[in-house]
Amino acid sequence: MNYIEKLENVTVLGAAGKMGSGILLLTALEMLNQKLKPENKDKQFVLYAMDVSNAGLAGLLEYIKEQGIKYAEKNIVGLRKAYASRKDLVDNEEIIRQFASDLTALVRTGTRIEPAFESRIIFEAVSEQPDLKLDLLLTINRNSRQQPWFFSNTSAIPIAWLDERAGLMGRIMGVHFYNPPAVQKLLEVVKTETTNPELSYFVTEYLKNLGKIFVPSYDVAGFIGNGYFMRDIMFAETLVNQLQKDFTFSQSLYMVNKISQDFLIRPMGIFQLVDYVGIDVVQFIMSVMNSYSENEKIHSPLIDKFMELNIRGGQNPDGSQKDGFFQYKNGKMISLYDTGKRRYLQPEEYAGIGDTHLGPLPHSWQPWKKLVREKDKEGVLNVYFNELKSSPHPGATMAVEYLKKFREIGTGLVKNKVAFKFEDVNSVLTKGFHHVYGPVNSYF
Amino acid sequence: MAAGYNTISMGSGRSEFHPRKPRPDLEDYMKEAGQKVLEQIGGAEHVDECMVANFIASRYNKQANLAAFFPYIDQGLAYKPCIRVEGACATGGLGLVTGIRSVLAETADVVLVVGVEVQNSVKAVYGADILAAAGYYKERKQGHAHFFPGKFSDRAGAYFSKYGREKTRQAMAMWYRNAIENARLCPTAQEFENKTGELEELAFTEPNPKMFVDHLNVYDCSKVSDGASAIAILSEEGLKRCGIQKKDVVEITGMGQAEYDLTQPPKDPVSLDTTRVAVKKALDMAGITIDDLATVECHDCFTIAAILAVEAMGFAETGKGPDFILQGNTSRNGKIPFNTTGGLIGWGHPTGATGVHQAVTIWEQLTKRAGGAQIKIPRNKPYGLSVNMGGDDKTLVSLVYKKT
Repeated sequence: MNYIEKLENVTVLGAAGKMGSGILLLTALEMLNQKLKPENKDKQFVLYAMDVSNAGLAGLLEYIKEQGIKYAEKNIVGLRKAYASRKDLVDNEEIIRQFASDLTALVRTGTRIEPAFESRIIFEAVSEQPDLKLDLLLTINRNSRQQPWFFSNTSAIPIAWLDERAGLMGRIMGVHFYNPPAVQKLLEVVKTETTNPELSYFVTEYLKNLGKIFVPSYDVAGFIGNGYFMRDIMFAETLVNQLQKDFTFSQSLYMVNKISQDFLIRPMGIFQLVDYVGIDVVQFIMSVMNSYSENEKIHSPLIDKFMELNIRGGQNPDGSQKDGFFQYKNGKMISLYDTGKRRYLQPEEYAGIGDTHLGPLPHSWQPWKKLVREKDKEGVLNVYFNELKSSPHPGATMAVEYLKKFREIGTGLVKNKVAFKFEDVNSVLTKGFHHVYGPVNSYF
Repeated sequence: MAAGYNTISMGSGRSEFHPRKPRPDLEDYMKEAGQKVLEQIGGAEHVDECMVANFIASRYNKQANLAAFFPYIDQGLAYKPCIRVEGACATGGLGLVTGIRSVLAETADVVLVVGVEVQNSVKAVYGADILAAAGYYKERKQGHAHFFPGKFSDRAGAYFSKYGREKTRQAMAMWYRNAIENARLCPTAQEFENKTGELEELAFTEPNPKMFVDHLNVYDCSKVSDGASAIAILSEEGLKRCGIQKKDVVEITGMGQAEYDLTQPPKDPVSLDTTRVAVKKALDMAGITIDDLATVECHDCFTIAAILAVEAMGFAETGKGPDFILQGNTSRNGKIPFNTTGGLIGWGHPTGATGVHQAVTIWEQLTKRAGGAQIKIPRNKPYGLSVNMGGDDKTLVSLVYKKT
């Protein structure tokens, strides 16, 4: 069965979620772009959007339409050619509206699983609960006559475990999108020893057509992205604990966040990134990873504490940031939660003391936003890291310590057969996490 | 002509501009520009007639009947004859010649001309649909998504094939640099705040046919602009009525208008034939040659259009426009300074206002009002020339201005 035949009938499970809706959109775009090719004009493409949330599904078609309009606006040059035979569509606006309409028409929403029994491809993007995923895969596989191929968006659960338990006989692969899938270019793909090579060919074609780039990962819980991220959180927590010998919790957390953002020149501080992903999501990923980890405990008491306080971070349906370690206004951090005082503190209660202790940033420092546009990043970073290493201030000293750990985590991922090679780790960090340098480098 | 005024050319590049924040609308720009002219000519009571030059507010802003905004500018303009004219991007020029004809016909001694366009009301991809109305609608379906960039990209491609790409691209890049450097001297210019260091390097960005057109990059193109320009056209009697001295005016000594068939493609893609005709008419009427000109405002909607215009005006032989530009002749200290406040690429291109903006710029230069953008006007060259083009070399207005 060729690529198009497989693509003709697809189901996305968890389609109303943040990841699921993105995967649904990308798949709809790929379907429509294929359908617009003359050789496919008679093909019938169907995309089932399944979710348990009726409320979530209600807004999904509107989302697909809006995103379809945005896509068409950006790609109007090619779309005018694709719709060239439609004499009734003359203006860009008419073509853009038609494209969005055609895109929406591909999608059928529903809360029942039965339509998935007809699908040849199943994208699974439900929440990271192993039993839930397993149950869905088992049900579809048992009832389907299509011998469907399953692509799981799990960022934590080993694919071989799902394959074996659901009896898929190698018809499953990990395709881990980064959030938000429609925007992030990078994915991690995970094959098991038994994965049918045809799935890999399909994914390669599918991602290439979507303009995505991917890195392979071994089938180890957490894969490369979370393999790094969870350990980075754990290290940040140890620094917070160390600092708490001399400073309050809020001052300590503020300093570590600042080191990880400013001193390390990253797009976000580590705790801001946890808020973005969701404290609850991080806790869940850690628990799943930990259950598969034999020699290392993947766990964060700090994350547990915030969950006990019912502070979960993550995003609202409109994309705005929910409160977590930090409180946010218009996307900016405005205050920090203190677990002792049980309230968000204003910056004057923690920032001044923290900044004074950390000391100044090296003279050659540039903010991440500026450095990402810099042509000679390597030259700038060489100067910066040399200054950082020779700085006597505590902030710089801790940053160097953090960088060493960063490297240790990165090399460990290759050593422990999570990543195939250092370049893959660097790719995940630079293209998935948008760092300006990877952990394996010549700077430190 | 006297008492000119330009609003800011608003759009991307201006720090005041934010696509999601409220901005001035048509009537606001008209009011600002109109009132500033009225202040200089002693008030609305001196005005006999008004012309508003606007290409296509009915689509950009869902607003027509713009002539009825004149009493909004000043109640003193109520019940006076007002006309709206349209000729695509040459609309401003048509507004001027319509006013000039009124004065020549002695139906008016003082005509207020306001050119205005507000285009940032829609995204550029939809603006392309609207601007495509300047071409033949029956060509729209076959045309490029970015219709006019597509037309001039085709011209650039033809020019590259015939006369070589490398030197032509160098000239296009130099034109862009001159435009931005000139705009940096004019506070109302859209690119006034442009601080980019490597302008020519930017201008050499390879075209991306997948996202834009085959032979042009975005730096080869004028931007999407909002704004208004206004000026007064006065007879001798009008000057006396308004108390304006001769030193503060420019005399219109030549006027050339020309049209070519909208349904037809260019006879020769590497030549702006209608521009050539209009400029010749204007120079002949003024009884001068291009050697008498101190400055030119040409319609550089695209860098390739500037090269073709330089040739059509006779400054360079066909195929030699790039050499003329690369020798520095069109820069502000060159043999014949072009577009001294940035032209359409640097100052901006609020379509209906552009022809009027050209007139205001030349009036400023010839009466030494150009501030930081002022060039030297040689005593033996007291003339300026403007060339305003509508569509793909279809509607042309050229005017010769003389320092008095």
